[in-house]
Amino acid sequence: MSSSRPTRLLRASAGLVLAFLYLPLAALMAFSVNDSAATVWQGFSLRWYRELWQDSSILAATANSLLIALASTLCSTVVGTLAAYALWKQRSRLLLSTVYLSLVTPEVVMGVALLALYQAVFRFLDIRLGMHTVILAHVSFSISYVVLVVLARLRTMDATLEEAAMDLGATELQAFYRVTLPGLAPAIAAAALLAFSISFDDYVITSLVAGVDSETLPMLIYAKARRAISPSVNALCAVIVVVMGSLVLLAQRLQER
Amino acid sequence: MTPAAGGLRALFLAPAWLTMAGLFLLPIAVVLAYSFLTRGAYGGQDLPWTVESYIRMWDPLYLGILARSFLLAGAVTVLCVPLAFPLALFIARSGRHKLLWLNLVMLPFFTSLLVRTYAWMFLLRDTGLVNTLLLKLGVVAAPLPLLYNDGAVIVGLVYSYLPFMVLPIYATLERIDLALLEAAADLGERPWGVTRRVLLPLARPGILAGAVLVFIPSLGSYLTPDLLGGGKSILVGNVIQNQFTTARDWPFGAALAIGLMLLVLLLLRWWEARGGGELG
Repeated sequence: MSSSRPTRLLRASAGLVLAFLYLPLAALMAFSVNDSAATVWQGFSLRWYRELWQDSSILAATANSLLIALASTLCSTVVGTLAAYALWKQRSRLLLSTVYLSLVTPEVVMGVALLALYQAVFRFLDIRLGMHTVILAHVSFSISYVVLVVLARLRTMDATLEEAAMDLGATELQAFYRVTLPGLAPAIAAAALLAFSISFDDYVITSLVAGVDSETLPMLIYAKARRAISPSVNALCAVIVVVMGSLVLLAQRLQER
Repeated sequence: MTPAAGGLRALFLAPAWLTMAGLFLLPIAVVLAYSFLTRGAYGGQDLPWTVESYIRMWDPLYLGILARSFLLAGAVTVLCVPLAFPLALFIARSGRHKLLWLNLVMLPFFTSLLVRTYAWMFLLRDTGLVNTLLLKLGVVAAPLPLLYNDGAVIVGLVYSYLPFMVLPIYATLERIDLALLEAAADLGERPWGVTRRVLLPLARPGILAGAVLVFIPSLGSYLTPDLLGGGKSILVGNVIQNQFTTARDWPFGAALAIGLMLLVLLLLRWWEARGGGELG
């Protein structure tokens, strides 16, 4: 069958497009271990990684990012999973539409909207922008991803199992907790990893609602990228690519289970 | 369903509703309200209510930026099709390794938009990899101005959103009956003719879905034009951000945000009306 296998031309063009997707990141990572500040290869060195480790602003920003991502992931995973379960039991067009709407809303619109809301609330309460406003913002944009990932998994599950459990005397809560939840665990973990990586990476919304004490890693990278070039940014980016890539691969694995 | 089922369902839905209402719908409502207010003396917003900001949007300066945003997002979308199509076709025909290839396409997408954008700054700037190579090889005498222009922004956006074009095209190609292609070949169509006259028309819904998925985030993008355009290539997203930060004209920024949101919704409506169905 001639048309069902990829021809050589098709292989070559697909290979070129994949190279386009991967070469920029590969080049960045290669030059992160270059023993020169210029973009000329001068030999292997881990000096830029050592520089990262000694930079206290990077460590502080990493700590902020981790705290924000962990807190927002925890909230959005719990809330999103409960909502997905309820939506699976009975659709709610209104909530689903809101979820889709939040996914198509441009990040910059979401960011200025949250900033406007915070500013309006601050008129009445004595609070300022800081870690808490960033965490709330991250919860608001990662919930939708959790709902969709968990709901997709629920739709492949057998609803009669819960009914059987209830016929045998389980309460509704027990049926959810003992029957459905264990089967959902991989999807919930995948959703949490996704929420974590989206939160850890966000710059646009974070930069609008962050305070003086809540500089995140993406904000730091942005500032460094705007200024002069230090290969230590390459090293930082390489670390992020490897860590995030592993998380995503893990999430994909979990979803396929 | 038992009455108790309703109770548990409401209990499970409540936190999500609280979050979506408080941290998504309410902020949008606040922006909508601000867009009808007047700019305060020290930034911020004040009474009286007015439609001033919406009138100002029709200034040729802002209409021009909107037109540029449309053109740029359009160029990105059009460029994504020929790049995504062969890759999608290849994956659809790669037998049992499909999932592996699909994951390979999605992987860069989930590994940090900021890092992927920075990678292009590293490649394109005056002392970047491309210019260094060209200088070394003697192709050019002085570094080419590759960064901080529309071209760099388009490349960056194509790079960022290409997976959104690959996935839906792959999904439609996957469902195509191979017998149709064989029939065309048996009737004397050459491979290129099969692709152009049979495969492409059949893949249209996928291409259209991909176009929506690429066009909408490109139109509303902020980070890529900011970093790769370097202030010279401004899109509507950058103007909105600027009104809320440097320019401190919140009502006008709010009106632009509402305008952009409406445009996105209109585009989705148009797509649904053409039989697109729900996204996601």
